Amino acid sequence: MSETKKFLYVNRKAPYGTIYALESLEVVLIGAAFEQDVTLAFLDDGVFQLAKGQNTDGIGVKNFSPTFRALGDYDVTKLYVEQESLAERGLTQDDLQEIMYEDEDDDWEEKPSIRIVSRAEMADIMADQDVVLSF
Amino acid sequence: MKLGIVISEGPYTHQAADTAYQFVKSALAKGHEVPRVFFYHDGVNVSTRLSVPPQDERNIQKNWTALAKEHEIDLVVCIAAAQRRGLLDENEAKRQGKDANNIAEGFRISGLGQLIEMGIQTDRLVTFGD
Repeated sequence: MSETKKFLYVNRKAPYGTIYALESLEVVLIGAAFEQDVTLAFLDDGVFQLAKGQNTDGIGVKNFSPTFRALGDYDVTKLYVEQESLAERGLTQDDLQEIMYEDEDDDWEEKPSIRIVSRAEMADIMADQDVVLSF
Repeated sequence: MKLGIVISEGPYTHQAADTAYQFVKSALAKGHEVPRVFFYHDGVNVSTRLSVPPQDERNIQKNWTALAKEHEIDLVVCIAAAQRRGLLDENEAKRQGKDANNIAEGFRISGLGQLIEMGIQTDRLVTFGD
């Protein structure tokens, strides 16, 4: 199984209220072991998954948002967030947590994993994939 | 063409498992291959052999068990999603100290790696969900 495919995980739902976001992240983490070319997309309410300062004490479910910051260690370094989805929800990049990775091709320099893209750019990113898993 | 199938919604509440069933039947009839179906999220609930729908309704689990047997389809139920929702095979029930198991014939419990592997090994991955 040496073949490498482009995998895109599309995250469209809020982090809590349904289990889709958490179980999507579980696929991403397991999938990392397969050394595929992985990209994550966040659109619609999915952009809330990356919001900083999440506190779930009041609802009795686990706050899994810190896990996103570990994705770099799994070589998952491309997190695309749709600009229009942020704007429609009154959010900007400043409302998202900072997620960094160390670029092994650039002397391990720390670089941001989150990239804000337009809806049109997101369509191009999707069209470029081999496997799309939507959550 | 080799098709991988993902079912990500539960039976009866959502049509996903029914539509996937019709799709797979049609794809096979047209000569395509469907080596594996992966059940995730509430889709894992399809695999319980304890569901008893009214007699004049389709039985979604039995449909899948029969189709899998006829065409040697690997029906894989995600272990992490299954454990959350109370779906256990004999081994898992023993390992978790539970007094019963409920996985139907033709289904097997395994890891999410099987989903990724299916994505790598098939020509198209088709998801049936909400």
